[in-house]
Amino acid sequence: MAEVRAEDFGSEEQAKAVEDLTTSEYKWGWETEIEQDTFPKGLNEDVVRGISRKKNEPEWMLEWRLKAYRHWLTMEEPKWPKVKYPEIDYQAYSYYSAPKEKPELESLDEVDPELLKTFEKLGIPLEEQKKLAGVAVDAVFDSVSVTTTFKETLAEKGIIFCSISEALQEHPELVKKYIGSVVPYTDNYFATLNSAVFSDGSFVYIPKGVRCPMELSTYFRINAMDTGQFERTLIIADEGSYVSYLEGCTAPMRDTNQLHAAVVELVTLDNAEIKYSTVQNWYPGDSEGKGGIYNFVTKRGACRGVNSKISWTQVETGSAVTWKYPGCILQGDNSVGEFYSVAVTNNHQQADTGTKMIHIGKNTKSTIISKGISAGRSDNSYRGLVKIGKKADNSRNFSQCDSMLMGSNCGAHTFPYIEVDNESAMVEHEATTSKVGEDQIFYLNQRGISTEDAVNMIVNGFCKEVFNELPMEFAVEAQKLLAISLEGSVG
Amino acid sequence: MPAESNLLKKYTEGFAAFEEKLNGQSETSFHKVRNEALNKLAELQFPTVKNEEWKYTNVSGLVKNDFEHPLNIETVDIDAALIEKLRIDDVDSDILVVVNGSFNKELSVLSDYPDGIIVDSLANQIKNNSELTEKYLSKLTKIENGFNALNTAYSTDGVFIYVPDNKVIEKPLQVIFINGSSENEVISLPRNLIIAGKNSQVSIIANYVGYGEKEYFTNTITEVYSGANSVVDLYKVQNENENAYHIDKTEVYQNRDSVFSHYNMSFGGKLVRNDINSTLDDENITTNYYGLYLGSNKQHIDNHTFVNHAKPNCESNELYKGILDDQSRGVFNGKIWVEKDAQKTNAYQSNKTILLSKEASIDTKPQLEIYADDVKCSHGATIGHLDDQAYFYIRSRGVSPEIAKSMLIRAFIDDVVEEVKIDNLKEQLNHMIFEHLHRVEI
Repeated sequence: MAEVRAEDFGSEEQAKAVEDLTTSEYKWGWETEIEQDTFPKGLNEDVVRGISRKKNEPEWMLEWRLKAYRHWLTMEEPKWPKVKYPEIDYQAYSYYSAPKEKPELESLDEVDPELLKTFEKLGIPLEEQKKLAGVAVDAVFDSVSVTTTFKETLAEKGIIFCSISEALQEHPELVKKYIGSVVPYTDNYFATLNSAVFSDGSFVYIPKGVRCPMELSTYFRINAMDTGQFERTLIIADEGSYVSYLEGCTAPMRDTNQLHAAVVELVTLDNAEIKYSTVQNWYPGDSEGKGGIYNFVTKRGACRGVNSKISWTQVETGSAVTWKYPGCILQGDNSVGEFYSVAVTNNHQQADTGTKMIHIGKNTKSTIISKGISAGRSDNSYRGLVKIGKKADNSRNFSQCDSMLMGSNCGAHTFPYIEVDNESAMVEHEATTSKVGEDQIFYLNQRGISTEDAVNMIVNGFCKEVFNELPMEFAVEAQKLLAISLEGSVG
Repeated sequence: MPAESNLLKKYTEGFAAFEEKLNGQSETSFHKVRNEALNKLAELQFPTVKNEEWKYTNVSGLVKNDFEHPLNIETVDIDAALIEKLRIDDVDSDILVVVNGSFNKELSVLSDYPDGIIVDSLANQIKNNSELTEKYLSKLTKIENGFNALNTAYSTDGVFIYVPDNKVIEKPLQVIFINGSSENEVISLPRNLIIAGKNSQVSIIANYVGYGEKEYFTNTITEVYSGANSVVDLYKVQNENENAYHIDKTEVYQNRDSVFSHYNMSFGGKLVRNDINSTLDDENITTNYYGLYLGSNKQHIDNHTFVNHAKPNCESNELYKGILDDQSRGVFNGKIWVEKDAQKTNAYQSNKTILLSKEASIDTKPQLEIYADDVKCSHGATIGHLDDQAYFYIRSRGVSPEIAKSMLIRAFIDDVVEEVKIDNLKEQLNHMIFEHLHRVEI
């Protein structure tokens, strides 16, 4: 982006714009009153067993959970990310909460009307979903899947799209084969915790040669008071298949901080492709930074087969603390990894996010485009690793990390790690940091565009490369979210 | 770690014996600083790869050795003929000789300097408790790790250069640091202090060379104070022996309108670590960092730079280029820090590396930490190999493979070499580059 010297004019409007941005209210805050079957607060082996029993899981799953739990006890919470938050008391959370009536429904009429209202408020009109071309929604209400649509259409193609607890009942062999194969239970503090206590999540299997006819989508919503969410998502694309998966989140306003430690595992076999898009808009806390969500997520994809591809796209506008590095392990020859990210932080939000691209196979390629926007008193860091292994001949990486600062109380940081062990590799990394160009604003003002709209346009332009990667359905929501975040001025 | 570190054991325990040999220096006010550093050494110990700043550089092999302090060994016998051989050819400069950390006045060739300029041994200044050493020595830098502590506690000497306000030292000062011995495994601990007053100018070539066949360890610290509107050029040409460990920390404090340029030319050594830090503590300062690192055989070269923009309207440029051959390993870690007040900062950093062999590797970590909004900061890093198309093009003109490769190498490093302001030094660097890479010179 253009870099300019600041002049004095215009800075006042801009200050106001930033002010407005920092004061815009969280739109999606409310709470639904539904009876919950919730475990008492606290975490011990019995809780892990309890969760497993509740879900009627096979023995090996419980064993795995317990192994993870025991390992977790030996670990320490990581302190290296550039984020600060009060000490988390892991005993103060309840590790399981499910809507009491777990409905097994044939049609939407049977769904609890309270739930339907919630989804409507969220903008997921389930009754319209079937008419809406192309989107099947597996709506996770807190921890248990309530309803799944389009299952039949997908089933015709042999696609499995269900909650992971359902998959454990119906396709245990697939789950057993792949769970923990990309993110082992020993991986890191939060992933290990997740492995022990994960409640639910999505499971997708695309059979050989199938191109998923619609975009799969799950909306997560944290609802019960003080319930940490530990989703586990597993997506497997078998040889020659393709799937585009959307994940989006909003959460109700609340006072106590909420912990969210999800794990997402993707596996692509020969010639397969997974496109994983996220829009994250959890409650970021009030303007004092109180009460937001802690988002400690482990996302990783393994390109196991030749010519396979995994693409991560994320728009991060919410959460008080974000700690997230979607990565790709490029094992198969000619495999491709992509990471496109927009991270917006405001008020007291903190984001430490980035990606890991591990090149192992020959002729592997990766692209990283990261755009960070910091405003208010927030801190926004890009932290990434590009590693070219000894055998990754002719591999190629391009990284671009741009940061934009709005106001002088925020910080923007870049911590790329590049490790190259192969001389035939080509690696490029670029990073810039700058502010919204005042000459750009002046130019747009000249053409009769208000400062507010001008800043909006500039920020949108700054993020365009990433928005272009989002699927149509999501691009609209992403732009809406950015508009909300930057309402009144900066976007 | 401490159990395996003979170096740590030897030097945390041997301080009393060292004090006795200090020959009166233990009465000086600087000795208190030594004592504090000794405590720091025991506290910090030597870094391991678990330390983020030493993630890619493993010193466990280095700290296993119990290198002898130069006070405990026979003085290395150096004569003028050797100096003539070791100095960088054709560069018209005054010569300062430092042998295993001790300044050697007899072998040094100095001009008559205008009044007030001091070019001396640091030991002399410490002994006389000079105002300048009390004010600046060990005040500009902090002890960040065991190596810094080791130098501060056990260094006895080095060079002291003081250029008062409005004075200029015309000729470059070439400091030849001769390290090592043919009898003992020795640790060389030069400690240098360079003070440039207001409107002053000085250009220094720090030429590190090895002596003898034994393994040795150079652990040096240079502190530079760059006064208002001063111009200081520091060329570091590191040509240590292939069995040398070399750890260098250069800490620069810059005042208003000053221009400081550091040229870091790294050729020799088996394990090399350079830390170059600048604090830009007033307005309108320029800082330039240029670096070349050439690795061959099993060399490990680690460069850490840190530019701290503390005040507004300053500029920093950094350009580091590396060529790594054989099984050599490079590390680059560049950090730009822009504080909240440092508006209108322009900070640029670029690190480019070429790998010439399959076994060579590079780990690079360019970092930006920015707390001010009205800034222009960028960094870039590229890693690749010699351009196949360019190579084919040159070859198709009938140029031999060796020459073609040399041409591409020369072209790659050109923008760093061209920044050198002393013409003859530029020439000599060119020789060194090709000699070190064992390639045909062009």
